[in-house]
Amino acid sequence: MRGNHVIGEAAIRAGCHFYAGYPITPQNELTEYMAARLSEVKDGVFIQAESELAAINMVMGASMAGTRAMTSSSGPGISLKQESISFLSAMELPAVIVNISRGGPGLGNIAPSQSDYFQATRGGGHGDYRNIVLAPNSVQELADLTMRAFDLADKYRTPVLILGDGMLGQMMEPVEFLDPKKPGKPVSKEWTLTGANGRPSRIIRSLLLDPTVEEEHNWKLVRKYERIIHKETLVEDFLLGDSTMAVIAFGTAARITKGAILRAREQNIKVGMIRPITLWPFPSKAIQEISKIIKHFLVFELNTGQMIDDVRLSLEGRGEVHFYGRPGGIIPTPLEVSRVIASQYYQKRLG
Amino acid sequence: MKKVFSRPKSLKNNPFHYCPGCGHSILHRIIGEVIDEMGLQEIAIGVPPAGCAVLAYNYFDIDMGEAPHGRGAAVATGLKRALPNRLVFTYQGDGDIAAIGTAETIHAANRGENITAIFVNNAVYGMTGGQMAPTTLPGQKTTTSPGGRTEVAHGHPMNLSEMLALASGSVYIVRTAVSSTSNILKTKKAVAKAFQVQLSGMGFSLVEVLSPCGTNWKMIPTEACHWIEESMVKCYPLGVIKDITGGRKSAD
Repeated sequence: MRGNHVIGEAAIRAGCHFYAGYPITPQNELTEYMAARLSEVKDGVFIQAESELAAINMVMGASMAGTRAMTSSSGPGISLKQESISFLSAMELPAVIVNISRGGPGLGNIAPSQSDYFQATRGGGHGDYRNIVLAPNSVQELADLTMRAFDLADKYRTPVLILGDGMLGQMMEPVEFLDPKKPGKPVSKEWTLTGANGRPSRIIRSLLLDPTVEEEHNWKLVRKYERIIHKETLVEDFLLGDSTMAVIAFGTAARITKGAILRAREQNIKVGMIRPITLWPFPSKAIQEISKIIKHFLVFELNTGQMIDDVRLSLEGRGEVHFYGRPGGIIPTPLEVSRVIASQYYQKRLG
Repeated sequence: MKKVFSRPKSLKNNPFHYCPGCGHSILHRIIGEVIDEMGLQEIAIGVPPAGCAVLAYNYFDIDMGEAPHGRGAAVATGLKRALPNRLVFTYQGDGDIAAIGTAETIHAANRGENITAIFVNNAVYGMTGGQMAPTTLPGQKTTTSPGGRTEVAHGHPMNLSEMLALASGSVYIVRTAVSSTSNILKTKKAVAKAFQVQLSGMGFSLVEVLSPCGTNWKMIPTEACHWIEESMVKCYPLGVIKDITGGRKSAD
C-alpha cells in the first residue's frame, strides 16, 4: 500500500471519525483516502476545508466533542496550522496532525525533505509548549505510529504530530495493520463538550488572565511533558554493538543510512546507527548512554542541520559530532552516505 | 410576593464584567432567556470569540469552548458535525467575524453548516482599546483612524451579513440592535428563530446585533444607543436580510 493511504487506514482502524484537510502535495492521497473511507464509517465526518487554518480548527471542534480527529498537510500548510496547535496544547485537546513534509522554506518544492524538524519539535506556534513528534521510517511504521499517535493524544490530551516526508507518503510497501489492542481504549473524557445534560456545564479555554493561574498551567503542562519524556521516548539502535562510530538519523534519512551502514560494514567499517523514533521527546538519555562507549557521531539529515542541535545538547560535549546534510529535496543514495561514513571513519582513524 | 423577573437558568450567578451600558450584558441575557424558553440548556454548546466576550463562558451556564481569534465558525463546524443533535452557536464580534475570521465565516455559511452565529457589531475593536474595525463607519474616529475613517485611506465599512446572504447555504440572516426596548425584544425573537432554524436542520443562520460600546465611542449609554439609531442603522439597516425558511421546512 502507498504510505499516505496507510496513514488513513491506520487512522480509521484507530477509531478516527473526523478528518478535515486541504489539498497540498505530497499528502493528497491521504486526504482523498479519508474522503472515501470516512463515508463508509458510521458517523464518519470528512470535510475539505477552505484552508489548513480552518481544517485544524474543525479538528479542534471535533476534539472538544470527544471525537478522535485528524488533519494532515505538508510544510506550508503546517505553518498555517501552528496557531491552533498552540491552542490545542493550551486547552489540552487531543488531535493527530500529519506532516508529509517537502522542500522549503517558502513554497520550496514537493520533494522529500526534513526541513520541518525545528517547527515540529519546538512547538511551532506561540507559547511555552511541546508536541509529541513521531518519525516513521517505513510504511509499516506509518501504520503502527499512526495508531499509536491516537492513543498518545488521548492519553496525554495533547496534539501528536507525525513527521513524514514525500518519500514515505508516496512509496509503496507491504503493510500489516495491527488490530488495535483495545479499540478506543477507554480514555476518560469527562472534559468533553457534549451539552450540560445531567452534569454541570463545562468550559474549554486557553485564556488565563491571572498570571499566577497561567504560570500554574504552564507548570502543569511541564509535568505532563516530563511524564511523556519518561514513558514515551522511542529509539532504535542498529548494529551499535561493536561500533566505534554512530550515525544519528531519523525517518527517510535513517532508511538510507541503514543501507549505507551495510555497505560500509562490507569494508569492515565498524559503524552503527541511533534512530530517534520520537523526535520529541528526543532520546537524549539513549544517546548519553551510547556516548560512554562511542565517541564519534555523524548526524545525517535531509536538511542543513536541525536535529544536530538536539544531538549536541544530549551529548553535552561528550562526543565529537559531524554533520552531513542534503537539503532541498535531494535524496542521496546509500552509496553516497556510505562514502561520507568511510571518509569520517578513516579521517578520525577509528578503524 | 410573586417573582416576575429573575436571572435566566442558563446564566451563571456571576456579575458581568462588561462596561456600564455595554450591549453584551443585554445580549447574554436575551440568549440565556431563549435557551431557557426553548429548553436548550442541556444541548447547547457555545463558542466564544477573542475579544471582550471571550469571557462569555463565565456567564453562560452551558458547555462552551473557546476558539482562536476568528476561527469560531470552523470550531463550531467541528463540534456540530461531531454532535449533529446539539445546538451549536458562535458568539463573535465584528473584528472576529468580519476581519480575521471572514474566510471561515463565509465558507461555513456557504457550506450551509447547521450552526448559528451571533454577530455583535459595535463598529470598533472593543477589548484592545477601540481600534478601527471593518465595520467602523465613515468619519468615525477610532484610535487607529484618529482623523476619522475615510474610504480612500481605510476602505469601506463591511456589510458582512449582506455578503453572507448571497451564500447559497445561508438560510436566515437578520440584523437587529439592542438600542431600545423594542429592538431588544426583536433581537430576542431573532435569536429564537435562528436557533429554531438550526434545530430544524435547515442550515446556516446569523443574527447581527448592533451593540453600544460607550467606552470606546466615548459616549454615555443613552448617547451610544442614540448613535446606533441615528448613525449606525444608516450603514447597517435593521431587519431581515435573508429568510428562506418558508421555502424549506417551516422554522416557526
